[in-house]
Amino acid sequence: MSSKRFTKDHEWISVEGDVGTVGISDYAQHALGDVVFVEVPDSGRQLAKGDEAAVVESVKAASEVYSPVSGTVTKGNQAIVDQPGLVNEDAEGAAWFFKLTLANPAELDDLMDQAAYDAYLKTLE
Amino acid sequence: MSESDTPLLTVPLDALHRELGAKMVPFAGYAMPVQYPAGVLAEHLHTRSGAALFDVSHMGQAEIRGPKAVELLETLVPGDIQALGIGKTRYSVFTNDQGGILDDLMISKLADDHLFLVINAACKHADFAHLVRHLGGKVELRMIEDRSLLALQGPGAAAAMATLCPEACAMTFMTIAEITVAGIPVLATRSGYTGEDGWEMSVANADAEKLARTLLAAPGVMPAGLGARDSLRLEAGLCLYGSDIDTTTTPVQANIAWIMSKRRKTEGGFPGAAIIQKQLAEGPPTLRVGIQPDGKAPARAHTEITDEAGNRLGEICSGGFGPSAGGPVAMGYVPAAFAAIGTRLKLVVRGKAMDAHVSALPFVPHRYFKG
Repeated sequence: MSSKRFTKDHEWISVEGDVGTVGISDYAQHALGDVVFVEVPDSGRQLAKGDEAAVVESVKAASEVYSPVSGTVTKGNQAIVDQPGLVNEDAEGAAWFFKLTLANPAELDDLMDQAAYDAYLKTLE
Repeated sequence: MSESDTPLLTVPLDALHRELGAKMVPFAGYAMPVQYPAGVLAEHLHTRSGAALFDVSHMGQAEIRGPKAVELLETLVPGDIQALGIGKTRYSVFTNDQGGILDDLMISKLADDHLFLVINAACKHADFAHLVRHLGGKVELRMIEDRSLLALQGPGAAAAMATLCPEACAMTFMTIAEITVAGIPVLATRSGYTGEDGWEMSVANADAEKLARTLLAAPGVMPAGLGARDSLRLEAGLCLYGSDIDTTTTPVQANIAWIMSKRRKTEGGFPGAAIIQKQLAEGPPTLRVGIQPDGKAPARAHTEITDEAGNRLGEICSGGFGPSAGGPVAMGYVPAAFAAIGTRLKLVVRGKAMDAHVSALPFVPHRYFKG
């Protein structure tokens, strides 16, 4: 199963085995505008669900990226650190922020699937 | 009614901004375009390489007329308005009795008895009340509410104007003239607030949309919003009222003492003159400086500045990513002893002390047309 799940703060996570890949949604990158700076977590960092895990900054503002689930970071995405604009180009693909091993896969059940997230976005309009 | 419930005022170009796909945001009580579909980054870079049109109609325009207009305005600002030639524009500030800055403004001399002012949107009613309180009955004061203000900025501005108004291209930086742009009467200054060559054009509201469409149709001109305007003026090292200067900062602390001529520094005669003269003689307690983070993380307004040992020095007043500088740029207030270019500082960003240094301003060289 590798379908994406979403938080109300516009992070996504896709899971393969016990490894989750986390990024921000296309909606989020669009709302942020031009991304000019990204900070990703170091490998080994322990994150609880909802912890501030990364930072994404547009020309005008800084935003936190929260971890959708608990786990241990295995990798931050150096590509978006080197080239923050990639977040605008491919937020839900190549511009993932970090990978982590899930501590409690049951936490995924609290997140929205694509259909639920799309419906949630409509409520924000 | 809370501020957020107050209906926003609209500028005459509101419908055009929406037609162009602008994202409109509340700014100083107005719905203003913060960016267009191209985005802040593209608009910023285009202003530095081509030309961009900004709607700054939220700003205040006013005029002062009367035989004593110059000497009376000099009682409120430290600028040398007597020495200002007819057809010339000067940057100045209104000061308070503590020498703090009530607003910054552009003053143009249309005639010895006729001054034209451009003041900040958020301050315009207070500024006008200030003018009425001190000069009312002695000069004729008029808030100009029937005119819009458009700024064409960038190295391509002159090429865009060349066919629409060739005489405008003979103007030099900080001059003002009544010109006709594609048949539309305009009061234009060769100025702006981006660090680039360009014009600010005061135009009758009824003609504003026609002028905007004409300028946007000129080769190489794209619309740009307040987002790009802010990053452009930051790179240019120019002060934003309310962020970089306010009632707690004097022109000396703000490092804009150059707005005062030798005569005004010596004679005084404006609010807070004694305090400003003392700071000129003894040095100010703190100074606005350019600050460049060594890393990539932007340091935004209110970021704490410390010395290398971690002692608090002050805070960033404006900061962010400079698209043309290619990295983070900032300005902040530090004690005068830490103001020398190259001084090592730390900026506390998200709890971490980041390396930074005092940098020369502007971050991007000004490219005004001096003739």
